[in-house]
Amino acid sequence: MSAGPALSPRARRQTAIPGFGLAFGITLFWLSAIVLVPLLALLLRPFELGLDGLWASLAEPRVAASLRLSFGAALLAAALAAPLGLLLAWAVVRLRFPGRAVLDAAIDLPFALPTAVAGLALTALLAPNGWLGAPLAAWFGWQVAFTPAGIVVALLFVALPFTARTVEPVLRDLGREAEEAAATLGASRLQTLRRVVLPALAPALLTGFGLGFARAVGEYGSVIFIAGNMPMVSEIAPLLITIRLEQFDYAGAAAIGLAMLLLAFGVLLLLNLAQRALRRGLA
Amino acid sequence: MVSGARLEVRGVSHAFALEKRALPVLQAIDFIAEPGDFVALLGPSGCGKSTLLRLVAGLEPPSEGQLLVDGVPITGTDPSRTIMFQDPTLFPWRTVRGNAQLGPEARGSLAANAARIEAALSLVGLDAFAEAYPHQLSGGMAQRASLARALVNEPRILMLDEPLGKLDSLTRLAMQRELVSLWQRERFTALLVTHDVEEALLLADRVLVLSDRPARIRADIRVETPRPRRRDDAGLVALREEILALLGLAQAA
Repeated sequence: MSAGPALSPRARRQTAIPGFGLAFGITLFWLSAIVLVPLLALLLRPFELGLDGLWASLAEPRVAASLRLSFGAALLAAALAAPLGLLLAWAVVRLRFPGRAVLDAAIDLPFALPTAVAGLALTALLAPNGWLGAPLAAWFGWQVAFTPAGIVVALLFVALPFTARTVEPVLRDLGREAEEAAATLGASRLQTLRRVVLPALAPALLTGFGLGFARAVGEYGSVIFIAGNMPMVSEIAPLLITIRLEQFDYAGAAAIGLAMLLLAFGVLLLLNLAQRALRRGLA
Repeated sequence: MVSGARLEVRGVSHAFALEKRALPVLQAIDFIAEPGDFVALLGPSGCGKSTLLRLVAGLEPPSEGQLLVDGVPITGTDPSRTIMFQDPTLFPWRTVRGNAQLGPEARGSLAANAARIEAALSLVGLDAFAEAYPHQLSGGMAQRASLARALVNEPRILMLDEPLGKLDSLTRLAMQRELVSLWQRERFTALLVTHDVEEALLLADRVLVLSDRPARIRADIRVETPRPRRRDDAGLVALREEILALLGLAQAA
């Protein structure tokens, strides 16, 4: 921890918060202990199988199907949550109606609810004999619970607050002036939305999408109730990890974990690059 | 070149709907601005001057009365009536040129207006900054960009809502001079909202002095002093005293 002052004596003089060395040292220590060392273990563990074993473990059809399902459903849920979250934020920021405060608070409920409770509630609602599941099955022949569609619904539920809450402050800051200025310049309402409001919100929407995706891809509690967990059809990757752990196949579990880590990192990196491109001023 | 429009404001009253109660902001406003007039609306802050501009811009319909441009009632926003706000309200993800071309872009006439856009940028002295983003501009430059964005649409009525209010005093002096020479060249009808008596007298042909809220027209003062005007011109100084007295701010000299 004494490396701090030697590292950067100038920073120590300029910063308003005292104790650069101590603060930096503690930060590094906790970052290592909580994030870096466990991740390193996750990186190293699967290689006990050897490269061939690792590849064979991931190429198993059941594993590949679960990874496809987990990432596909999470991306779809985040993509649905972005416009829905924008709509919710719009209602809370721009509209005045009785019960607005209640709606505002309700947006955060998925944050607070144990995810297993959410999963049970959604399953009860959407099961073939549930309030919503029965009419959906009777009128459209749709089955939502115990199918991948049910997984998307559960993931949407947990991802929605992230998009709504990241867009909300930006929308609040945007103010009406920018929209009115566009209107006086002859832009129609649709054009104002497309050329003024959406570009202003795009970085926040992208962040919300990323957060929602990150939350959804690792979601476990709410999904396992509604998914039905049929191998190859509705079995998500986190569940498969749990199954492998229960079979004492630690290296195999870590192999799926490693694949998830790399895929998730890839998606988030892409989002980050897109965000940079937006900031540089893509009209 | 397009010339200014004739603006008729006939018995306009306006009220804001607050919680269950109406707050009157404008009361029986009546005036006519001839084409090419430079009219200043002068009054205490919060008296409703900006609301009048919003009505002329067509952002809101008046509670009572009529607004006519060349005899045609105003029913909504139109690029021939453009506002320059106190804040430049530039779109931060667009360059200066990108901001200036928003109007033609929205109307789908970008190609036909390319020369017009460059002309507007050079008119406000920003041709060298066409590719700059708003955050790279000073306050005065941002207001110039906002002005260029308005001018691109060849406004027949240009509304200025305290456009110089947030600038430092030196930039302000320079911009006042530029606004006058711009108006002399383009001959649009100008409506300037300000609470700065000197600014109103330097720029306008006519000063409408408004009362406290709800705003009524207390005086309609013609400013005949030829341009370029000096702020220490004896005639202007006398008018200034007169207006300050009307606003209840006369100096006991």
